[in-house]
Amino acid sequence: MAVTVSIPTILRTHTGGEKSVEASGSTLAEVIESLENDHGGLKSRLVKEGTLHRFVNVYVNDEDVRFAGGLEAKVTDGDTVTILPAVAGG
Amino acid sequence: MLQIRRDLVDAMVAHARRDHPDEACGVIAGPDESDRPERFIPMLNAARSPTFYEFDSADLLKLYRELDANDEVPVVIYHSHTATEAYPSRTDVAYASEPFAHYVLISTRDPETHELRSFRIVDGEVTEEPVEVVETYLFAHTGADDVPDQD
Repeated sequence: MAVTVSIPTILRTHTGGEKSVEASGSTLAEVIESLENDHGGLKSRLVKEGTLHRFVNVYVNDEDVRFAGGLEAKVTDGDTVTILPAVAGG
Repeated sequence: MLQIRRDLVDAMVAHARRDHPDEACGVIAGPDESDRPERFIPMLNAARSPTFYEFDSADLLKLYRELDANDEVPVVIYHSHTATEAYPSRTDVAYASEPFAHYVLISTRDPETHELRSFRIVDGEVTEEPVEVVETYLFAHTGADDVPDQD
C-alpha cells in the first residue's frame, strides 16, 4: 500500500529537505515504521510511549487520526498522510 | 529582526483586545523565503482559555494547505498573554515548531497599553529580536541618506 506523506518544515532534516515522501502500510503505525526505515529518527518525533506525540497532528486525507483510531487508523493505497506540528502554547 | 507593517500590528492588537481575557492567536503569512509578513489570518483559539491557545486541528490543516497552494509560509505566529508579560511561556517553547517563524507575543494585561515583542524559538531556545514597525515595505530598505532633497 503506497501512500504519500507530507512532512512539515521542522522534520525535513530527516528527509533530506523533502516536503513529501512515499511510505507504505495499512495502518498509521505501519506507515510510521516504513518512514522510520527510510528516514531514521522520524518515529521518535511522532510517537511517544506507544501513542502519537501531543505536539503533532496527523491526518489521513482530511481526517485527524485522533478521531480515527490513532496509530491504528486505517490507511489505503493512494491516501495522503499529512503531519503538522500543533500550533499551541500557554 | 522583525520588520512589519503598522496595519498588521494594529490588527494583531485589535484581535488580542477583542478576545481578552481569553488568549487570541493567529498567523501572518508571507511569500516563502521573503521573511515579509503580508496576509493577516486570525485563528480561532480552540481552547478558549485565558492560559492556553491551540489552533483547531481542522483549521490547522486547512491553513497549511492554503499556505502551500499559495507558496506562503507562516512568517509570524502570534498569540496573546492576557495576565502576564509578552514573553514565551514554558508551554510556548515546548510547542514551538516553526524554526523560521517570528513568534509574536502581545500582552493585554494592561487595559490602556499593550506590550508586543517578537522571538525566535529554535530547539527550545528563545531569542528576542527587535521589531521595526513600518508604514509600507516599499521603501523599507532605503537608507536615511536616500531621503529626497527638500527644496
